[in-house]
Amino acid sequence: MSAMALTSASLFGLCGAALVGIGLFCIVSHPDLLRRIIGFNILGAGIFLVFGAVARRGAAMELGGDPVPQAMVITGIVVAFAATALAIALLRRLASLTGSATFEAPAAPPRSEP
Amino acid sequence: MGLADAFTLVCAVAGAILFLAGTLGLLRFPDTLSRLHALSKADSLGLGLIVLGLLPQQASLMGGVKLICIWLLAQLSAATASQLIAGIAARRKPQA
Amino acid sequence: MSLFWSISLLFDIALVAGLIALALHVVVTRDGRGAILAFIAFGLLLGIGWARLASVDVALTEAAIGGGLTGMLLLRAHAHLARHAAPPPPVAPEPRRWLVPAIACGLVTLALTAVVLAFPQPAPSLAHQAVASLETTGLGNPVTAVLLAYRAIDTLLEKIVLILALVGVWSLSRDAAWGGASQLQPAVVPEPLVFLARVLPPFGVLIAVYEVWVGADLPGGTFQAGTILAAMALLVMLAGLRPAPPTQARALRVMLAGGPALFVLVGFLGVAVAQGFLSYPEAIAKPLIVGIEAALTLSIAGTLALLVAGPPDRAPEP
Repeated sequence: MSAMALTSASLFGLCGAALVGIGLFCIVSHPDLLRRIIGFNILGAGIFLVFGAVARRGAAMELGGDPVPQAMVITGIVVAFAATALAIALLRRLASLTGSATFEAPAAPPRSEP
Repeated sequence: MGLADAFTLVCAVAGAILFLAGTLGLLRFPDTLSRLHALSKADSLGLGLIVLGLLPQQASLMGGVKLICIWLLAQLSAATASQLIAGIAARRKPQA
Repeated sequence: MSLFWSISLLFDIALVAGLIALALHVVVTRDGRGAILAFIAFGLLLGIGWARLASVDVALTEAAIGGGLTGMLLLRAHAHLARHAAPPPPVAPEPRRWLVPAIACGLVTLALTAVVLAFPQPAPSLAHQAVASLETTGLGNPVTAVLLAYRAIDTLLEKIVLILALVGVWSLSRDAAWGGASQLQPAVVPEPLVFLARVLPPFGVLIAVYEVWVGADLPGGTFQAGTILAAMALLVMLAGLRPAPPTQARALRVMLAGGPALFVLVGFLGVAVAQGFLSYPEAIAKPLIVGIEAALTLSIAGTLALLVAGPPDRAPEP
């Protein structure tokens, strides 16, 4: 395990930590529900990158990384896609039924001056 | 450094410069069609040069054939995408 | 050597900076479609990042699913929302709306950063065990061995999650459209798209078969191949060459359930002839695994394509 591979693994691990924060912020603070779904995917990508750093650090036996976390990430990417598809179907139905793509209360109508 | 390595280096650097120029064009050119022109140049010639440069590094003939297949597939999809974008741009123009 | 060292580290730093910039752009931009395009670029860059982490299997999956299929799903949803929903009301950028969440999320990032920096040294690894037992599976790619032999139960459950998600998506159709097909073809199909949909699918099928076959020994496998097949099916349906299949068609449902069903069947066979559920007799481990992979590829391809297509919106023909 060379020092360079270690440094690069930690770098991507730190990137994963930053992406988790950014994705989480998008989910809790953005009014647009479609944007929240994208935020969920960014959050997932960040967690997978932390796994990737773990896998890269576990390189041994002439493998580039530990295959177990790698396989878990592949499974995770597919499951995240399934969850995204279900969320988008729910959102499309919500928009068709209510005409709105957000949970925010509709903007108050401008008060007309008497 | 052997002759093959020098060839790879020259081709890959030339390809990378083309990609850089194409990206600059994409960012700086004023209208859709000229931006497309910059992008497709980078896509076809830049990727072509990088593939050409990587050919001598392949251990087997199959590796080289795969590289060329990748380039051809990228050509096909890039040409189609350019046509689609240009078609939309041409349809929008009369209204603008 | 040290020059190579620093150039390669510089490349990684640029890649990470690009990823974070794109993620921030998704959060702050007002343009909904721009956010989706940034996310697609993010997925492709992340694919390069996985290749830098020497996880080529993950890189292929991320580029195909994270960038490609999710991007298409989001773009179609955006177009649907633009037609059916009022644009979200502009939110006044009051600090109290974003300050507290920003601090909380920053703390989460800080905690994770501390975890990443405190990883144990030397790093624990299951690579030795994975390689040591590789011979008994007849495979050469340890990732495929983890997915389909050592941790086959995870992969099986994941397949069932995919099917459940599809059932969930279908159940969101209107009552009248239950069992019908989804409408993918746009009103006007541009000529070049039809050309691409005629030329590309044979090559796509060839590449998918190659990925499954080579996935036993080299990077590649069922997920990547299934995604390519799904993309080809979606291309053909988008160009209007073939309509989307009605979701009540029996052949379609058999194809979707076939992969997981075969997996479960082989699993119970393991109870009878090998050491337990999902264990393979050593002599025929590789043919069994490749057979399961082939069936799984077809059902993954169908499930992914139909998840992108969304709930049926046309009534079935009687």
